[in-house]
Amino acid sequence: MAGYPWRSTVSCVVAVLKNETLQSRSFIRGMKTVTLIPGDGIGPEISAAVMKIFEAAKVPIQWEERNVTAIQGPGGKWMIPPGAKESMNKTKIGLKGPLETPIAAGHPSMNLLLRKTFDLFANVRPCVSIEGYDTPYTDVNLVTIRENTEGEYSGIEHMIVDGVVQSIKLITEQASQRIAEYAFEYAKNNQRSSVTAVHKANIMRMSDGLFLRKCREAAEKHKDVKFTEMYLDTVCLNMVRDPTQFDVLVMPNLYGDILSDLCAGLIGGLGVTPSGNIGANGVAIFESVHGTAPDIAGKDLANPTALLLSAVMMLRHMGLHGQAQNIQTACFNTIQDKKVLTKDLGGSSKFSARLKSGLWLGHSKTIIIKPTPWSTTHPGSSARSAPETSARRCGYKSKPSPPLAASVVKQFLRATARKHRL
Amino acid sequence: MAAALRGTLVTLVKGLGGARMHQLASRPLSVSASLCGQETPPPRADSTFKVTMVPGDGVGPELMTAVKDVFKAGDIPVEFEEFHLSEVQNMANEEKLEQVLTSMRNNRVAIKGKIHTPMEYKGELASYEMKLRRKLDLFANVVHVNSLQGYNTRHNNLDLVIIREQTEGEYSSLEHESTAGVIECMKIITREKSRRIAKFAFDYATKKGRNKVTAVHKANIMKLGDGLFLQSCAEVAELYPKIKYETIIIDNCCMQLVQNPYQFDVLVMPNLYGNIIDNLAAGLVRTRDLGGYCTTGDFVHAVVANLRHRPAQ
Repeated sequence: MAGYPWRSTVSCVVAVLKNETLQSRSFIRGMKTVTLIPGDGIGPEISAAVMKIFEAAKVPIQWEERNVTAIQGPGGKWMIPPGAKESMNKTKIGLKGPLETPIAAGHPSMNLLLRKTFDLFANVRPCVSIEGYDTPYTDVNLVTIRENTEGEYSGIEHMIVDGVVQSIKLITEQASQRIAEYAFEYAKNNQRSSVTAVHKANIMRMSDGLFLRKCREAAEKHKDVKFTEMYLDTVCLNMVRDPTQFDVLVMPNLYGDILSDLCAGLIGGLGVTPSGNIGANGVAIFESVHGTAPDIAGKDLANPTALLLSAVMMLRHMGLHGQAQNIQTACFNTIQDKKVLTKDLGGSSKFSARLKSGLWLGHSKTIIIKPTPWSTTHPGSSARSAPETSARRCGYKSKPSPPLAASVVKQFLRATARKHRL
Repeated sequence: MAAALRGTLVTLVKGLGGARMHQLASRPLSVSASLCGQETPPPRADSTFKVTMVPGDGVGPELMTAVKDVFKAGDIPVEFEEFHLSEVQNMANEEKLEQVLTSMRNNRVAIKGKIHTPMEYKGELASYEMKLRRKLDLFANVVHVNSLQGYNTRHNNLDLVIIREQTEGEYSSLEHESTAGVIECMKIITREKSRRIAKFAFDYATKKGRNKVTAVHKANIMKLGDGLFLQSCAEVAELYPKIKYETIIIDNCCMQLVQNPYQFDVLVMPNLYGNIIDNLAAGLVRTRDLGGYCTTGDFVHAVVANLRHRPAQ
């Protein structure tokens, strides 16, 4: 790290306040580069929204925009453009909007390609009830961790004879072990008390049996986290009756897909649910999981909440907890105020109005925050998120937040004066 | 408690035990005894129906006793033939299973509790429940999800029917370890069985006066397998122009069920999705705690008392 903290601090603050683009990330402390994939349909609009909000919040991030249309490489293999791959491998952090795969594209889905390229083995979706956006289910606070590389989505299918199709579900020891270990680490780093393995080992005795065995082995190594097992159908039954009984859920691919969407439905849908994908080589891509909504693209109607909350999750992963909290608070306040809501949240405002309202960061009234476990395995996260989780146990009200500019600059100066990076 | 009774009322249609090549042309299937009775003599006042009863495990035996008590009190002309088949209590073997099957084939109607499937893999890939279903070719599982009157849940006045294909799909019990640490599990989808369940669903919808059938699938990922299922459903849908046909992806379906379950009417789907949606929908009509503190026996007495005081029909 640089040997002249004050010089870099001043240039950092000035550059940010003047909105100058910084020349080189490695020489300016505190500024991080993130690969941004705007996506299709409403993707570019909501990505622009997130960039604007981050600018207003003075978050020390510079964006490297990349496109990920599938291209055919040598040998006919489909892959993402080398520029995008290089950028992601360099920055290690990505934020992605919704991607579309045309039906007769001839290539696998873009999401699948990204997953394979960066070995994104874990999909983490925290589902927390949003204050002010009422659904029949209150006090939801759980995290679904889904194995993202194998299982039912292996894509291995054949028509054995005419009229008979065989699809293969693949479960491997290595992938099951990896996801189980990740789930327990996540629970530990985010002060979560229990991990539940979701399976159908009574029916798929060998495959889900193997998955369950690996979860049990990981549980043995992490005795401080409570481990339970539950059948998928029982989880579904109990989830809709009382979602508060669940904490962290870990499961193979298909069950994860279904359950994570089910949990998203409990809190209000895919339009307000963040999601993160963790890769084996330290790459993490945060994304909004809703569709591209081509029917409303370009009409100023899209709701950026999902991508914004995913970006907040990304900030926590990077250790920028202060900024993350700021943006999250602003977003929740906007929703709670109910004055400026997009159509999917029950309002009639245009998205740009919401954006402007969301930029009003800093609020003088008492705010109610639901502490979110939106950091992943960042080493600093356990210390930082402790006050938030203790708030979860004692009550949810927090102190009124101070006016924006002063707090942000203070944070900057504090953060950049430290010797280790954020 | 009534809602917790997990017995499945099984109607066996004569002639489905053997191989039937033209399922599409078979007569409409139903879970109501009256339609099934076309080939059986109508019940006479002095004759009783014989019904096979398999109490199963856990609370099964107590609940079956409750059923018997209520039927007896109501002078219902049903005689139960009991068989105790249980995998966990070591009361299951091939011979016993054959006895149960023979009885079911003779009586053609059975009431069954849940036969618990132990999780430990003891060499058998198929559970007894699955074996029963396959040997009797019980291809359709029908769950009618109805909100209980007088109980407030998050979604009141629900009225959904979930029809699940029960003999193939993910529950084919075809698994093997191809190399060390790699397990392959086969999911089989056939055109014949997909068409059969689709026809059943549309026939059921027609008979019960339902307006819409929604096929639940994951054909965007399992393009061949669920694609075939969808294709079969679409082909059958063309034969029923009065019933609206829609499709929905399973994850979206789960999300919609918790947000707005009223948009669905009859749902038809392959095996695993059916298991998930059955349970999800069952959870929708129940609160966490129904607030009762009486025993099973008390409840039964109350039902019996209610039955005896009702005007004779």
